[in-house]
Amino acid sequence: MPYVPHTDEDVRIMLDTIGVASIDALFDEIPAEIRAKPLLEIPSGRTEMDVTRLVGERAAADGNVINFLGAGAYEHHIPAAVWDIISRGEFMTAYTPYQAEASQGTLQVIYEFQSLMAHLTAMDVSNASLYDGGSALAEAALMAVRANRKSQSGRVLVLENVNPFYCDAARNIVGNQHIEIVKVPFDATTGNVDQAALDAYAGQDFAALVVAMPSFFGTLEDVHALTDWAHANRMLMVAVVNPTALAVLTPPGEWGQKGADIVVGEGQPLGVPLSSGGPYVGFICCRNEIVRQLPGRIIGRTVDLEGKRGFTLTLQAREQHIRRSKATSNICTNQGLAMAAATIYLSLLGAEGLARVAQACHANTRKLIASLSEIPGVSVAHQSAFFHEAVLRLPKNAAEVVAALAEQRIAGGLALGEFFPDHENALLVCATEMRNDADIARYQAALRQILA
Amino acid sequence: MLIFERGQAGRRAVAQAPSTTDDLHDIPAALQRKQKPLLPEVGEMQVVRHYTNLSRKNFSIDTHFYPLGSCTMKYNPRGAHRAAMQAGFLGRHPLAHESISQGFLACLYELQEVLKGVTGMKGVSLTPMAGAQGEFAGVAMIRAYHEARKDHERKEILIPSAAHGTNPATAVMCGYKVREIPVNDEGDVDVDALRDAVGPQTAGLMMTNPSTCGVFERSVREIAEIVHAAGGLLYYDGANLNAILGKVRPGDMGFDVMHMNLHKTFATPHGGGGPGAGPVGVGERLLPYLPIPMVGKDEIEGKPRYRWLTEADIPQTIGRLSTFMGNAGVLLRAHYYASVLGREGLLRVGEFSTLNANYLMKKVQDAGFQLAYPKRRATHEFIITLNKQAKELHVSAMDFAKRILDYGYHAPTTYFPLLIPECWLIEPTETESRDELDGFVKAMVQIQAEAENNPELVRGAPYSQPVRRLDDVRAARELDLVWRPTAEQ
Amino acid sequence: MSEIPSELRFMASHEWIRVENDGTAYVGISDHAQSALGDLVYVELPEVGDTITAGDEAGVVESVKAASDIYAPLTGEVVAINEALNDNPELVNSDPYGDGWIYRIRMADPEELEDLLSAEEYAEQIEEEADDQAED
Repeated sequence: MPYVPHTDEDVRIMLDTIGVASIDALFDEIPAEIRAKPLLEIPSGRTEMDVTRLVGERAAADGNVINFLGAGAYEHHIPAAVWDIISRGEFMTAYTPYQAEASQGTLQVIYEFQSLMAHLTAMDVSNASLYDGGSALAEAALMAVRANRKSQSGRVLVLENVNPFYCDAARNIVGNQHIEIVKVPFDATTGNVDQAALDAYAGQDFAALVVAMPSFFGTLEDVHALTDWAHANRMLMVAVVNPTALAVLTPPGEWGQKGADIVVGEGQPLGVPLSSGGPYVGFICCRNEIVRQLPGRIIGRTVDLEGKRGFTLTLQAREQHIRRSKATSNICTNQGLAMAAATIYLSLLGAEGLARVAQACHANTRKLIASLSEIPGVSVAHQSAFFHEAVLRLPKNAAEVVAALAEQRIAGGLALGEFFPDHENALLVCATEMRNDADIARYQAALRQILA
Repeated sequence: MLIFERGQAGRRAVAQAPSTTDDLHDIPAALQRKQKPLLPEVGEMQVVRHYTNLSRKNFSIDTHFYPLGSCTMKYNPRGAHRAAMQAGFLGRHPLAHESISQGFLACLYELQEVLKGVTGMKGVSLTPMAGAQGEFAGVAMIRAYHEARKDHERKEILIPSAAHGTNPATAVMCGYKVREIPVNDEGDVDVDALRDAVGPQTAGLMMTNPSTCGVFERSVREIAEIVHAAGGLLYYDGANLNAILGKVRPGDMGFDVMHMNLHKTFATPHGGGGPGAGPVGVGERLLPYLPIPMVGKDEIEGKPRYRWLTEADIPQTIGRLSTFMGNAGVLLRAHYYASVLGREGLLRVGEFSTLNANYLMKKVQDAGFQLAYPKRRATHEFIITLNKQAKELHVSAMDFAKRILDYGYHAPTTYFPLLIPECWLIEPTETESRDELDGFVKAMVQIQAEAENNPELVRGAPYSQPVRRLDDVRAARELDLVWRPTAEQ
Repeated sequence: MSEIPSELRFMASHEWIRVENDGTAYVGISDHAQSALGDLVYVELPEVGDTITAGDEAGVVESVKAASDIYAPLTGEVVAINEALNDNPELVNSDPYGDGWIYRIRMADPEELEDLLSAEEYAEQIEEEADDQAED
């Protein structure tokens, strides 16, 4: 059979050593009445060649699509070196670094990742990564409830312009612990928070305020004022950020008077392909004072018994394998491979390269919305500053437009009607540095024809 | 050396970023970053060399025998990696329209069907991103089921004392209290204690079978009957599914809900701690609560047409647990693996992993090591205890583990399960050859001789690795989690 | 053999209690407990002003590979905590009955002291535990 090296001779020797007549005899402790029948509903095995061909045809069928979709996952250039290195078996086929001495490669990469994320967000510490942005927001909400000892309500305020997929995932994950996510509506003309609606919550007991920069719509909130508002109301400030944007936008550690307390986001833009939504890499950073409330793995630098520098898992007493029912989270894994990709990507790009990527994305999105707004009936929805993503108002149902664009192999954006009332004609679009003028012209022509 | 320390001001990988810069005049100055983030300033070849050299400081399946119990470190087929890394899959946006996603959706649908087949479950959702999230989904469904029946008194989850720590942590995340059930001297759940523990407060029981003791739970049918009679549901932790693939199905044992660790049983890479994937399977009663999105199949003019199933199709779903749909790339690798193995190959996974474990157990026992459950068959793994060595020679299970690294083998899982003192949990997997297993036993015998004749040598191990034994106490007391330039010198 | 000062009272879960003349009491963990846990890396303290009930969890002691709850032996209000443990958790290892004290409580009900173990009773208990271990 595939991937089993035993010869018939091996099997005979092994059975003789054990002292049984057949492999089947090794299962004699399983009650006979529950033993499985042949798995006839599962197809027979095939060779690598056959399966590669089948799957290759399917991949090709999904390929050659030109992408103007963002909404939390962004198509950026990924240096060839990133996945060449990640695909080395020594990274790809290692396990969680339980034996630190035999895992210094993985451990150092994580320490570097933690350092990179802390510097990018201007926060004190980072963990070794979480599953993705949505589940990271859930962990941030749980962490805020644990860390904010002044709050007893178990409630968290979230601006409604935070990615609705994140909000859904977070609500579903924290709801069973009687933690409530309360949404603060946005102003339809700006796409930013409805300040009067937010002020109505002033003085109430919430563990945290969650604000995204950029928002799901691409708009930029006054994060300084919102951070100070949260702190004035005894809430922790949780920032949801796009890491590419942080090359050029104010990092959460510098928001307002005191900075954000917890920062989460999706690390996918840092060298991780779109790949249908995963594996991605969530990140979470915080201030030193609340580091013991961080969920997931954390790597520390230490020395060996000869005084040589080395890296090891630390603060493990927070984790499920020691604390069991009292752990900060049930999480066991980080997103090792995607985390390593982000580390190598950031090393290759550096501060200057990442800023250029951010600037190019933003410039392309400006071009895109200018170009599409030339079409009669198409206009920009929000009168606000934005970064690398924006909402267009169309003269027609956006979901139908997206379907029509797909027939021309254009992923034209996300129709927002499904997520927000009265947004049937709203389309969220984005153009990263991967798009050029010809791509934008092709989109304009296709949209013009569909709307005609 | 850290990547930061290899930098020079002004150096960068020029080919990797756009060549022109654009202004950000339309973004308010107060929202623009004033000081550049402290990222490395290095050239492309420096980066490649740095990380290639770091990779060489790792043990991995591709380089070493890695018998880490409960982790199923078997060969990860390269073909699966290549299949998932094709441009059409990598470039597919998670929100791309269904009409341009049929290839991807077909793979996922087929994987759902295979997983239903090998587990005997009625429905499968692929979306949980790791075993722990699969556990969460499973227990959340148990809760949704009881709540839908207005059965609000069920506040307790029962868990055998030898269970993985994730089980109790998950139960608490789902708002439950945990009650532990003792395990007897032969590794089976104490059925009388279970009978005393169940009642109208029982929401369910979480169980791994083969258990974390490395033995098959013989009373599983009786346990299922007791829990079901009390109105509770049974959760199957799929951590050890590899042992029984094709031989016995959780659905036939009486379980209502389970997760699978695809990074164990379906050979997807562990990546130094992730990504995993933890699909959940359910029986009839929990079908309405499966997490979304799932993949459905319609026939249109005789041709299959795949589509996402959402809240509109599954109104009582526990909902979305990830931003998009979980670790799609891992699912594609598992789909490839299942396709190559097929029904015959999947059956032999259970058979040969069990053969290898029982062979290794016999060899280790013949070499004089103490088994934790000498009267039992091994499943795909087994436990030895080095308690005697610890007491008489003052050489601990950890010392043995560090020393075996010097012999070129990754150590088995140490100190788990907690109820066996000084233990090793050893899982060879089906992809290792007989000579590899023999070599491992030989190394153990040599370390035993060292422990008897020169215990200091073993206590000081390892010697062959990039670092000697690390100071974990200092790491925790003097937290250094982030490199900063001032921290140097 | 670990040290067990005769003037102290104990809980079965290894906390010690030293009663002062002013109606307050110091709480810490025993020499036996610190030695079983190994090098401590962190102590989670209650907050001054917290009201706790006998039997509640009032803090956590952590070593590298273990974490153990500190239970409240008595009901009352926390009047002081040992802030030195924030930077030097190893004080619990080096001086468990002195500089390694954890918090001080104002007793609401001194009769609860009757429920605690005497030094002799505690010594017997840990001896029994050691015997159980030896049989494994």
